[in-house]
Amino acid sequence: MDMRRPPRTVSDPKVRQVGFVTPSPAPPTRSLSDAPTTVAAAAAASASSPPSGEISLPGSSLSPVMIPPPRHASSDGRPSAPVAVPNPASSLRRDSLRIRVGSYNASEVVLGTPPSASPSSRTDNATSEFSEETMSPWHGRSGTAKVASSFPGSSGEMIVMKTSVGGGGGAGSTPKSPLTTASVVKTLPGISEKERDVLMGTQNDGAGVSKTLKEKTTKAERRALQEAQRAAKAAAKEAGAGVKPSAASGSAVVANTKQGKVVKPPSQKKDGPQIAPPSGSSEKKVVDRPPEKDRKKDVPAPRMQFDDKHRVEKAKRRAVVNQFEAKNRVELFRHLPQYIHGTQLPDLEGKFFQLDPMHPSVYKVGLQYLSGQISGSNARCIAMLLAFREAIRDYSTPPEKALVRDLTAKISSYVSFLIECRPLSISMGNTIKFLKNRIAKLPDTMSESEAKSSLQSDIDRFINEKIVIADKVIIRHAVTKIRDGDVLLTYGLSSVVEMILVYAHEVGKQFRVVIVDSRPKLEGQVLLHRLVAKGLNCTYTHINAISYIMHEVTRVFLGAASVLSNGTVHSRVGTACVAMVANAFRVPVLICCEAYKFHERVQLDSICSNELGDPDVISKVSGRQDLNHLDNWADNENLQLLNLSYDATPSDYVSMIITDYGMLPPSSVPVIVREYRRENLWI
Amino acid sequence: MARMDFEVVVLAGGTSRKLNPLVSQEVPKALLPVANRAVLSYVLELLEASNLKDLIVVVEGEDAALRIGGWISGAYVDRLHVEVAAVPEGVGTAGALRAVASYLTANDVLIVSGDLVTDVPPGAVAATHRRHSAVVTALLCPAPVSGPSDTGTSGGKEKAKKPVRCNIVGLDPTRQYLLHMATGAEVEKDIRVQKSILRAVGQIEIRADLMDAHMYAFKRSVLQDILDQKDKFHSIRQDILPYLIRTQLNSEVSDNGGIKSESGMDNMSSQNDLRWLSQHRAIAPSAFQEPHAFSLKLLPDARRTHKCCAYIAGESKYCARLNSIQAYSDINRDVVGEASHLSGYSFSAQNNIIHPSAELGTKTTVGPQCMLAEGSKLGDKCSVKRSVIGRHCRIGSNVKIVNSTVMNHVTIEDGCSIQGSVVCSNVQLQERVVLKDCQVGAGYVVTTGSEHKSESLARK
Repeated sequence: MDMRRPPRTVSDPKVRQVGFVTPSPAPPTRSLSDAPTTVAAAAAASASSPPSGEISLPGSSLSPVMIPPPRHASSDGRPSAPVAVPNPASSLRRDSLRIRVGSYNASEVVLGTPPSASPSSRTDNATSEFSEETMSPWHGRSGTAKVASSFPGSSGEMIVMKTSVGGGGGAGSTPKSPLTTASVVKTLPGISEKERDVLMGTQNDGAGVSKTLKEKTTKAERRALQEAQRAAKAAAKEAGAGVKPSAASGSAVVANTKQGKVVKPPSQKKDGPQIAPPSGSSEKKVVDRPPEKDRKKDVPAPRMQFDDKHRVEKAKRRAVVNQFEAKNRVELFRHLPQYIHGTQLPDLEGKFFQLDPMHPSVYKVGLQYLSGQISGSNARCIAMLLAFREAIRDYSTPPEKALVRDLTAKISSYVSFLIECRPLSISMGNTIKFLKNRIAKLPDTMSESEAKSSLQSDIDRFINEKIVIADKVIIRHAVTKIRDGDVLLTYGLSSVVEMILVYAHEVGKQFRVVIVDSRPKLEGQVLLHRLVAKGLNCTYTHINAISYIMHEVTRVFLGAASVLSNGTVHSRVGTACVAMVANAFRVPVLICCEAYKFHERVQLDSICSNELGDPDVISKVSGRQDLNHLDNWADNENLQLLNLSYDATPSDYVSMIITDYGMLPPSSVPVIVREYRRENLWI
Repeated sequence: MARMDFEVVVLAGGTSRKLNPLVSQEVPKALLPVANRAVLSYVLELLEASNLKDLIVVVEGEDAALRIGGWISGAYVDRLHVEVAAVPEGVGTAGALRAVASYLTANDVLIVSGDLVTDVPPGAVAATHRRHSAVVTALLCPAPVSGPSDTGTSGGKEKAKKPVRCNIVGLDPTRQYLLHMATGAEVEKDIRVQKSILRAVGQIEIRADLMDAHMYAFKRSVLQDILDQKDKFHSIRQDILPYLIRTQLNSEVSDNGGIKSESGMDNMSSQNDLRWLSQHRAIAPSAFQEPHAFSLKLLPDARRTHKCCAYIAGESKYCARLNSIQAYSDINRDVVGEASHLSGYSFSAQNNIIHPSAELGTKTTVGPQCMLAEGSKLGDKCSVKRSVIGRHCRIGSNVKIVNSTVMNHVTIEDGCSIQGSVVCSNVQLQERVVLKDCQVGAGYVVTTGSEHKSESLARK
């Protein structure tokens, strides 16, 4: 069970963001039952009941939902019997507000801990304590006055908490992590059970409950408190001080009842962009803490959901590029950015000299992304890195600033500009993470010129090792899979696959290539052209004929934009179709992908994260002026065109992934992500 | 560092012969008033609006340079950082560039003709240039329709004909690359298109309705190489640009030139390391990436090519060059008329500009799209239509001014009628003079009762 749980918890947040959660068996309830805590017993019952009774939602999905409810409970201030703990923190109580916060924390703890706890469950008590301790200083730094004030009171508690945790850990083998989580959970459910009505109705009551909660607090709980405070602040900002509690409670209640809405409250809370990242990261951190090395892999801030008007407006105000959103958007893909094509480029070009902080080379790359001159994830990545390299070369630290901070901010502003030009690919995200990490790790003692040259050589090394040499290695591996007489099928235009085919031809293998292509990009024609020019024997067809042509094929080589940790391959739209047909025909599907494109994210569909292309290009057929039935389609409200750029190929259809670390089954991707990334990939 | 790694050179010219008698020693071409502002100010303000504040202005002739320099330092002190360079007359645009080439250091150079009146953002040209990593990018705009526009009143309807044929331009199907350019006398000859280019692109679009606006972005190193090596080259438009276009598939400049060795292009050297990746189209861009990369087949060594690009201004943009007398009247009319946003003045409800200090007699009417500058006085029963009148003019009674430009300090006595003419500064028109489609040079005196039609009057 433990084994199963950790991955799920890890994956959950991401899935949750998107809003698509496949129901899975509810682990939380299970964990509750496992937890043998004294406190837990009553609470556990209550806890288990709400999910089962009210919501059929999967336990995993619940965790986000649950967060708000605990706060209610605490705010309600009814002391819940199960929760009750000797409470030393009188100081906390003083303010009703503070109390509320505290209660909030408790609830948050629940939120934060269950996921965090589960991963940590593997680890022993010491680690958990350690994490908590680390947490607290961290908070203090970021902390508000409130947090600080609460600390002294809590410090006494801390010890108590630790001990309690230890006891909990001792109780069960699995137990430990479940224990902490259980207590948290229990508080929530207990509250909810007893006073569900109360929760629904009033949430602003006294803080008695909260106090009790605090008393109990384990380190996890304390952490939760801090988070809760932060969240409370966020909420306050959002809804004004007076309204805050009610709003929050309301959302919480909603969360309990409905899963769909459950997803939303957190996002709303995170409304303020600044607020969101910290809370998200803190939660993440909790999760990551046990494996300390992974901490850098902070979960990315939630992706922008473009159906959230409020945030879109905000983003627009910041945007450098004027973006006019397309009108007729397909309902299911509203959350993705789509702009009227052709308006951005002229606008951006016109502003060429007016954007002050932008480095020319970054600007150039942005324009090239926007105009589609650079496409393909390797090419985009290299172009971006080279641009950053030049920017770093020309960079000089302004007076009174630290290179590490200022340069990071600079790079971030460049990145956000590039995102406006075109959404980042996953590989670019990894690359940026790498670069920022390198910047952050620069020793303080290093002089500016040294730092700059070290960064530049880092970039060169990254390009060389992670892309160029990786490609070479992939080719060497892949060629061993090509035998004389093979018929190789590929789809679209992948630089690695192209190099494989050319190299195999050069080493004298006898084979034939089938190039499958699709509108509207017809990238396969470029590949066809080059391969034919090199003397390869090629067949060209469109994807509609895939089932026909697959009969003769013996291997399928595909490129990928990214490979996710559940083995899903994220690639040019149509790839999934090809892989599926190949699978049906029992033709092995080999994915060629450099390891720097691997990502720990888990994705089950191609809806939540994708990119929309220009819808006009699918309505037009080149060379057929007479096919103009879709001209002015934008004026027709009943018509929406969808030009997706990527799709997700489930790992079931993938026989093998060829990467610079060798040839792996898709199930081994997480290993690469975990092991190599930590030790090697980030150099 | 220069902004976005671009430097700007404004070629202000000298005293153009084509514009006689409007220009003179006192008034070089760059200072000709257009809607009562020097024509050069339109360019300078366009650049200023684009945040380009470090400029080099090249002027032909010492005198003209002094005057222009004086004017700039007066008008743009604290606003622009301008360096004025004087070159001998008759060296041509290429010669002018040669004179300042050694001062240029940025990666790219934006070259703007000083007689350009436009609202096309120079950034657009520069960005296109950058995006394609082109060697040269030219601004093309729809050729202006010469003569009074259709909405014009009476005079000169017969002139509103086809657009002037300025250039013949060959473009690729995506209209990004410049494949052919015929200018000047070549326009009348047969069009010769290079086979190799045609083969590489597959399709070429020949346009006669585009005009080269004389705003170019050049890669500096290439430009300097050409200026050094081809000392016969006289003009950008007739020599350098056609040369670059002609040799774009068989480049003599882009690879053997100093590009790689120059600072600022370390990028290139690092790309050499990445030659292994040359199959990435974007890293080692072939000349034409259009759907079928034909050029790859023809040109195994993509490095022997360079790109000549075009930025085509939209129809809604105004773009005109003051290179003829006709253009002068057209631009004057447009700037107070359809392109009024360029003038920088705010128009009254009657759609005209009358300076508060101007005095109008009784029953005098000033129509829309007119401009009356400060200190000018009009007598009774005058009528002004679609005309620009400069500062401190004294105009008597019963004067009709239609479709004309009257510069500063002009005296027009009673009963004159001026149509479609340009009257320069300090001119005196005595009573009952009738001018139609005339140009009157500075300081000239037109005697009482004389009638002129389509004449150029100037002091000998």
